[in-house]
Amino acid sequence: MGILDRLLGRRKPSSREIAKERLQLVLAYDRVKISPELLQTLKNELITVISEHVEIDRGGVEVTFSQGKRHSRLIADIPLLGARGQRE
Amino acid sequence: MGAKVITITSGKGGVGKTTTTANLGVALGLSGQRVVVIDTDIGLRNLDVVMGLENRIVYDIVDVTEGHCRLRQALIRDKRVEELYLMPAAQTRDKTAVSPEDMVDLCDQMRDEFDFILIDSPAGIEQGFRNAIAPADKVLIVTTPEVAAVRDADRIIGLIEAEEKGPASLIINRLRLDMVRYGNMLTTGDVVEILAIDLIGIVPEDKAIIVSTNKGVPIALNGRAPASLAFHNIARRLLDEEVPFSDIREMPSLIERFVRFIRQ
Repeated sequence: MGILDRLLGRRKPSSREIAKERLQLVLAYDRVKISPELLQTLKNELITVISEHVEIDRGGVEVTFSQGKRHSRLIADIPLLGARGQRE
Repeated sequence: MGAKVITITSGKGGVGKTTTTANLGVALGLSGQRVVVIDTDIGLRNLDVVMGLENRIVYDIVDVTEGHCRLRQALIRDKRVEELYLMPAAQTRDKTAVSPEDMVDLCDQMRDEFDFILIDSPAGIEQGFRNAIAPADKVLIVTTPEVAAVRDADRIIGLIEAEEKGPASLIINRLRLDMVRYGNMLTTGDVVEILAIDLIGIVPEDKAIIVSTNKGVPIALNGRAPASLAFHNIARRLLDEEVPFSDIREMPSLIERFVRFIRQ
């Protein structure tokens, strides 16, 4: 690593930071027993079901975890497209 | 109710459950408590050798549960401590020889005569683990500051909560302060944050543990070693004493930070 990087405060993450990050990710999945594949399936099915009733921005849909102390939650962020329609 | 039953478990093997059980037994015994330590790792017994009592075994836990001897006959007294007894595991049987109900019965029979019953759990999450936690009033989880051990500890915490044996308390074993200070080991803060349970002890990595295990003399018998102090502190916390964690300095000093900066 160059002296310039260090002076600018850019540095490689320590192995401790890497370990912590890896653990947090692996535990998020362990705790809820949801695999990345299942998450993708959920996302696809959510899009299908919701777009039957509301117009949504399919590309902008995000289904993620949020990790609390010992509780995780599933968060679906679904951007709507129909907002203009009501005024028209 | 009498004795408090405390199960020491971890999920992952090799993180120091047996050493912790032996030393907490010694530390509690030295502080005047009447203690029995039970090895529930049937088929892979080790608590006897860690305590240096392997030559005195006549009967074991399976002899008791199957009625081949009286409970008292299977208890080996550790003569170095006033009131400390070991109930060894059977070496030639397997984990199905004892049931969770047997364990509850066994502990109930001893509750009146002891202050603490410490149960050394086998690694894993199968029947041996179920046996070990069945009679527990309190569960201590031992982990080391490593990814695999912490992950397994998390799984165990979930199982203990599901069995309504929680909240468990955490012992972080083999912490290497030199590595923590250079950012090469998870800190106790990291582990506690990730597992989100109460911390009851931090045991530093200590070469003296290997020497003491070689000899079969638990380190808690010699007060000087850092690990010995750590085990005595855990014992005091189990006796509801407030013992600060301040003796362990994890943050790097200014000079250490400078050295790390230069080397990076």
